[in-house]
Amino acid sequence: MTSLIKVWELPGGIHPPQHKSQSLQLPLGEIPLPPFLVIPLNQHMGTPARAIVQVGERVLAGQLIGIADGTFSANTHASTSGTVLAIESRAIPHPSGMSSESVIIEPDGKHEWVQLTPCEDYLQLDRLQLLDKIRAAGVAGLGGAGFPTAVKLAPKSTQVIDTLILNGAECEPYITADDMLMQTQAQELVAGTLLLSHILHHPKNLLIGIEDNKPTAIAAVKAAVAGAKALRSEAANIQVVVIPTKYPSGGAKQLTQILTGREIPSGHHSADVGVICVNVATAAAAWRAVRFGEPLISRITTVVGEALTTQRNINVLLGTPIDYVLEQHGFNLKQASRVVMGGPMMGFTLLDLAAPVIKTTNCILAPSTQELPEPQPAQACIRCGMCAEVCPASLLPQQLFWYAQAEDFDRLESHNLFDCIECGACSYVCPSTIPLVQYYRAAKGTIRLHEIEKEKSDRSRQRFEFRQQRIAKEEAEKEAKRLARQKAAEEAKKKLAEKAAEAAKNPATATDVITAAVIKVGATQASSEEEKAKLERLLNAAKNGLEFAQKTLVPNKTNPVITEEQLVKQQARIKQAEQKVAEAEKKLAEFVANNSVTSSIEPGTTAAPAAGAPAVDPSDPVAAAIARAQAKLTMSPEDKARANLESLRSRLAKAEEKVAAAKADGSPNLDALQQGAEKLQQKITEALAELKALGIKDEPVVAAAPVTAEPASAEQNAAQAAIEKAKAKAAAMASMSDEEKRAEQIQSLQNRLTKARERLAKAETENDANIDAFRAGVTKLEEKLQELA
Amino acid sequence: MIEFIFQNPILSALIALGGLSALFGAVLGFAAVKFKVEGDPIVEQIDALLPQTQCGQCGHPGCRPYAQAIANGEAINKCPPGGQATINALADLLDVEAPSLDSEHGEHLDVKRVAFIREDECIGCTKCIQACPMDAILGAAKHMHTVIADECTGCDLCVEPCPVDCIDMIPVETDLKTWKWDLPATNQKPVFHVIAQEVPVIPLETNVIATDLGRGSALNSDKPDGEKAA
Repeated sequence: MTSLIKVWELPGGIHPPQHKSQSLQLPLGEIPLPPFLVIPLNQHMGTPARAIVQVGERVLAGQLIGIADGTFSANTHASTSGTVLAIESRAIPHPSGMSSESVIIEPDGKHEWVQLTPCEDYLQLDRLQLLDKIRAAGVAGLGGAGFPTAVKLAPKSTQVIDTLILNGAECEPYITADDMLMQTQAQELVAGTLLLSHILHHPKNLLIGIEDNKPTAIAAVKAAVAGAKALRSEAANIQVVVIPTKYPSGGAKQLTQILTGREIPSGHHSADVGVICVNVATAAAAWRAVRFGEPLISRITTVVGEALTTQRNINVLLGTPIDYVLEQHGFNLKQASRVVMGGPMMGFTLLDLAAPVIKTTNCILAPSTQELPEPQPAQACIRCGMCAEVCPASLLPQQLFWYAQAEDFDRLESHNLFDCIECGACSYVCPSTIPLVQYYRAAKGTIRLHEIEKEKSDRSRQRFEFRQQRIAKEEAEKEAKRLARQKAAEEAKKKLAEKAAEAAKNPATATDVITAAVIKVGATQASSEEEKAKLERLLNAAKNGLEFAQKTLVPNKTNPVITEEQLVKQQARIKQAEQKVAEAEKKLAEFVANNSVTSSIEPGTTAAPAAGAPAVDPSDPVAAAIARAQAKLTMSPEDKARANLESLRSRLAKAEEKVAAAKADGSPNLDALQQGAEKLQQKITEALAELKALGIKDEPVVAAAPVTAEPASAEQNAAQAAIEKAKAKAAAMASMSDEEKRAEQIQSLQNRLTKARERLAKAETENDANIDAFRAGVTKLEEKLQELA
Repeated sequence: MIEFIFQNPILSALIALGGLSALFGAVLGFAAVKFKVEGDPIVEQIDALLPQTQCGQCGHPGCRPYAQAIANGEAINKCPPGGQATINALADLLDVEAPSLDSEHGEHLDVKRVAFIREDECIGCTKCIQACPMDAILGAAKHMHTVIADECTGCDLCVEPCPVDCIDMIPVETDLKTWKWDLPATNQKPVFHVIAQEVPVIPLETNVIATDLGRGSALNSDKPDGEKAA
């Protein structure tokens, strides 16, 4: 039977000392329940499971405590009955020595099982149901990689599986866990093989590969196969293949090559060449999961090393702390050089012994210092080429070493670094004791990180570009909206102009004008009140701001220490707030003053020309406006001109008053105000000229001026007094002789001219855009002056 | 035809050359239109090497504009997030000498960082959201903001606009996914250096020292040799 299959030779490989006998002296043992179990949620390759139990909850043995998070993950179960003490981050067996989310269970000692659903005859079940059962039991590769078995057993439809290999090679020194399993659970292994064969649609070849250093196991498995034949005819297909002992023939790719002669292409899986390779312990666990519905909560682990008094294989609950296991086997810390999880070739040193036994813990090695001394310091590579000779993947370890040292990742990849199985054969034979595998592992890690970074940077680029596009789009939309608004405004203006033109064609009736005036006055009144309220609000807000700014100086909870920088900032803020308050106060005061002026003056100024109109109450602005409008209607052009002059004079008076106030305050608006006053003066002269043209002397107007002042003088108001003074001045000016007037005009023109020149010079030095306008203004003024002179 | 060629050798040669040039011109013209390269491919290649943090430390508004600038002859050592690795890669691509990082644009930090908003201090002003080139900050006006750590490139641009200083740049810790083995500590070359330096002028034990010297020099020349072997 076994002779039927040809055994190919593995390229490379080494023959390190076996060290397998010491752990096989004693039968498979058990250890008592530990005081607590630490069950990590990621004992497998892939995404960690999600905890579904609460702290304080009582759980039973085999109860689901962590549910697989996605397909590439595995369920996690409670290993015994007890109480969940905590769900927290605990040390896990990992070369980094990092911690991971774990469920901590305090056993109650009863080891009560949950209700299991056994299955007498799995042939009755659908293949998917069988896979579900295996998945539900949380079976993951027990050989060391921890690959979720249900995923492995569901190859892609393109992959035709013709060979199922049960991996019982167990080539690494010290480890005898699979050996012990084959010795004690050979029937389960054979049943598991048949089960997997059924799931994989009965591949042609069913091979159980065992190294020839395990005669007991070989005999046991052969006996089991023979026994199974009586029950199931398919068992006759199972071939137990004895292979020569050589490290690392237990690697999945290596065993595939030994048993089938097929080399798995770089970057492919064994399923791509029609082979599925499953560890013997995994097959047995899958069988138990289907037959008894039993989840994976324990495994056989080799506890070995000269630092222990007892060396044997034990069936241990997953989650048992490793230090507890060691303690049960008489661990002598002083003697031990370190504690390794896995074998001496591929295992890693445990940094924290509190880490628990997990699904992939096939061996706990506690060697003495003599047994596994510290590695020798690395010497220079002497290019002996022994590493290349022993490499089972036919790589060039030396080249990889140079490139890893030089961090030349492109070359590493072109030399197929990722086909390295990290078996450590090259490091083992290296006469310069260079830790080659560590270089490869580091390089692989860096390349993986670079790939992750590259992916991230590509995503970043996409996001950034998308954002740019979005912003551009938003801008374009805004621009389009703005243009639309502009267009609408222009159209509205056009319509308004058309309306106005129409209105000019059909002269307005008296009543129209009056109502318009009424509305206007009402609006100004209302708006002035609103304005006042607004200003008051502004003042209040400014005051509040000041208060707030002062308040924040005090240290508070979130900011117990005030730095100097903050202090400076605060002070600046206070200053700003103070300025705002001052501004608001000023505005309000100005507004109040102006308002009282306008409301008190208007009735007065309009009362006189409207003498012919029905008597009106001068305090009522509405009535006054009506009167004014009526007066305007009835006025002759002469009267109109006079009224115009009148109003201009009153405005001038106001303006001059403002100028005086501004001068007193040293306001920055002084210039503007003065300009305004000058403009008014100019208008007055124009009005006078108009009157003259109408053939009327200025005298009556001059006489009218004091009249206009009369009603106003009745007011008992300080502001009023100032206005009166200004008005008187205006009146006096109006009464001046022509010559005097001219002199005055020349004076003012000269003033303006000098000012305009100054402005022009300033604009020239600053290269202002309005320089042309200024120049035109200066020439005009000069011309005017010449005219007058 | 042949007669014509024999009778007017110069003319026929001119006609032939002219015809050929017209033909090739047509082919080249067609190729220029048909196989026109959209954009500058070197910019794409440079952009692919830049770290895409979009931090603007190089003085350009993003990595692509800097790639464009490099293609137009700007210095390649202005990218602090990329550090020397990026400069070397760029130098390799452009076949120029790799300069060291221009410290004027910032220092390269070995540890990756991401922004973190102290959420109870956030006032919801949205300034950081506007500043983020990655759209990696979530939030709305007057609502708390938070950073999508996976999308954050650690560009720092959100820190400055925050009016309440509630954004920290925290280093990214390695977890089980990002952990990797370290390179082994380098071997003991200095020992041999010392021996080599201690060579007396003409010692009696010439042989011993010669071997030591030989080993020492062999060690020192490890790398170049290895590269030659490549």
